[in-house]
Amino acid sequence: MSGRAGLRIREMVKKEFRQLLRDRRTRMVIFVAPLLQLLLFGYAVNTDIRNTDTFVVDLDATAASRRLVDAFTSTGYFEIVGRSDRPADLVRALDHGDALMGIEIPRGFARDLAGDGTVVQFLVDGTESNSATITLGYAQRIVRRFAQQRAAEAGGLPPGGVDLRARAWYNPNLESRAYNVPAVIGVLIMLMCLLLTALAVVRERELGTLDQLMVSPLTPGELMLSKSIPVAVIALFDLAAVAVLAVLWFKIPLIGSPLVLLPAALLYILGGLAVGLLISTVSRTQQEAFMSMFLFLQPSVILSGFFYPVDSMPRLFRWITLGNPVRHFLEIVRGVFLKGAGFLDLWPQFLALAVLAFAVLAFAIVRFPKTMAG
Amino acid sequence: MNRTRLFAIARKEFLQIRRDARSLYLAFVLPIVLVVLFGYAINFDIRNIRMAVLDQSQSAASRELIESFESSGYFTVVARLARAGEADHVLGEGRAKLVLAIPPTFAADLGSGREAEVQLLLDGSDANTATIAQNYADAIVSGYSTRGILRGRTVTLPVQAEPRVWYNETLESRNMIVPGLVAVIMSIIAAMLTALTIAREWERGTMEQLAATPVHRLEVVIGKLLPYVGIGLFDVAIATVLGLVMFGVPLRGDVLLLAVMTLLFLVGALGLGMFISAAMRSQVLATQVAMIATFLPALLLSGFIFSIASMPWALQVLSRVVAARYYVSVTKGIFLKGVGLDVLALDGVAMVIFAVVGLGLAIRVFHKEIA
Repeated sequence: MSGRAGLRIREMVKKEFRQLLRDRRTRMVIFVAPLLQLLLFGYAVNTDIRNTDTFVVDLDATAASRRLVDAFTSTGYFEIVGRSDRPADLVRALDHGDALMGIEIPRGFARDLAGDGTVVQFLVDGTESNSATITLGYAQRIVRRFAQQRAAEAGGLPPGGVDLRARAWYNPNLESRAYNVPAVIGVLIMLMCLLLTALAVVRERELGTLDQLMVSPLTPGELMLSKSIPVAVIALFDLAAVAVLAVLWFKIPLIGSPLVLLPAALLYILGGLAVGLLISTVSRTQQEAFMSMFLFLQPSVILSGFFYPVDSMPRLFRWITLGNPVRHFLEIVRGVFLKGAGFLDLWPQFLALAVLAFAVLAFAIVRFPKTMAG
Repeated sequence: MNRTRLFAIARKEFLQIRRDARSLYLAFVLPIVLVVLFGYAINFDIRNIRMAVLDQSQSAASRELIESFESSGYFTVVARLARAGEADHVLGEGRAKLVLAIPPTFAADLGSGREAEVQLLLDGSDANTATIAQNYADAIVSGYSTRGILRGRTVTLPVQAEPRVWYNETLESRNMIVPGLVAVIMSIIAAMLTALTIAREWERGTMEQLAATPVHRLEVVIGKLLPYVGIGLFDVAIATVLGLVMFGVPLRGDVLLLAVMTLLFLVGALGLGMFISAAMRSQVLATQVAMIATFLPALLLSGFIFSIASMPWALQVLSRVVAARYYVSVTKGIFLKGVGLDVLALDGVAMVIFAVVGLGLAIRVFHKEIA
């Protein structure tokens, strides 16, 4: 690149920065919106199941039945919101959504417990299938413990057996927030890259100032570069700001090194810019650009492993996710934040991110000059 | 209100949508894409969890335990480790989500009636999967344990748990997602299409022309809303039919009640979109504001995927003013629970209020704009 090209790019970058930062609304989008969204997502996206609203129908009302109910409440997973001695009330509570789970202890529970054995019924509202699965698991565990304890006390169960000691690494308290907040960072940065690149180019086209740039000595390559540099700088800045907020506000542990995150972020932002430029080549109006962004972003987030583990998807969709930069970046961010992963652990993700970024970039570079002329 | 003028406005709006290929795509293809993605790709049903085994016992008993993990269908053994140190690597690189460690003394302890201990190391970074995996593992080990110590004897445990799941008996996530998705799709229509309709007229300068015609503002607002209500209802129908036919989602309640509630919610959401459009006067700004006002709450605070009960207190309070929350409760109630208006009365009132407020805001702001 000649010295003159460098000068042109420098002046263009200055102009772009000024244009981006001048408008109050754009400033809000750049600096305030990501922080607010991190707060909203950080609090709302939470799959921890604690204090499930539980309705108890205790038809036995004995010391034994109360002990079973206590076994439920003492874990912290269940909170009793209502009691009754009529099963119909339980149905009502579930229908109205006042309780998500019901325990029904039959008449003669204490007697049968000492005799032939008994059955406790619990009803779970399955409309939220994930919460229900977890709640069901907890409830079965509690009843099993209770049964084993009683059997051992009664001398019916010989000592011994197998004790399972579970330990969770990386996130000992199993808080879903630690997993979700780093992922929100990835989604927000992609949104920022797309929004600023695609809209910046299309706005010039709509306003007719793109034609002015065409007659200037700026080459299409130089134009792409000078549109991209300010966005990349802003995206990196946003990434740092949200990451700091995640660590300081949400107390997400950053176990790994920011030095691993930086190259990953650069590749990811490069990919985002390339997609943004590509969208700008297929959109005549800002509105079209905005819709195309949405059409790209929505599936990429769903298929990224943000809400749902990629492992649980059908094979076809697992293959599709390999071409999704968001998926690879989320794996890197989560690995670095929670596991302290380094390049050695994450090289496949880095490779995939690099391949995707450069492939889309190449495509955008080919298309961009053509659409500028047209 | 004059019917000819009303339909003229509706027809003009309809033609405008039809000419714009991307809007059409958004209106008709996106709902299908979303239903298919959410219905096929997304599954909260956690299966085939990748696990590694560190079997230091190498006995018939330890192999039997591993076998019961494999045969459960929840776990796939992807690695057999030789040393404890390797656990760190398989979890760190994410090759396995959990490691089952069976100590050398396992078989001897079991044989002599002492309590044998096995360790489960979980990758806790994905808390949700880890919790579910732990529950499964606990049930498997417990079953194994009881079988083992009772071998040759017939003692049953004094209490059996009999779990029953209501409304969504097989706990399929698509059953919960498809009804909720309808709310999200409609908020997308409101944010991406309706939010533009008046801002576009302002930007193109056709608003003054419209104001100069004898059209009453009520006719403009309702006429402009009509095509979008049509699109919205069409989308709901597509999503519902896809859900019922492709994914076997049950529809247990009253279809008519669902239609009425949907219409109310649609009018509210579209009215809100139009209000934002008229107030912002710029297409890009209106779209962004509408995304924040309709799409984000419908996605995050409606209970569509994320349980409201798990949210902090402040967000729970905030979700009370999110119309989508009541609508999702209506759709889940009608699709899955099969309940009627007696249970959904409160949500129904919320729908009526939302529709009146949405439409009222649109008409009011329009009046001020023209004047």
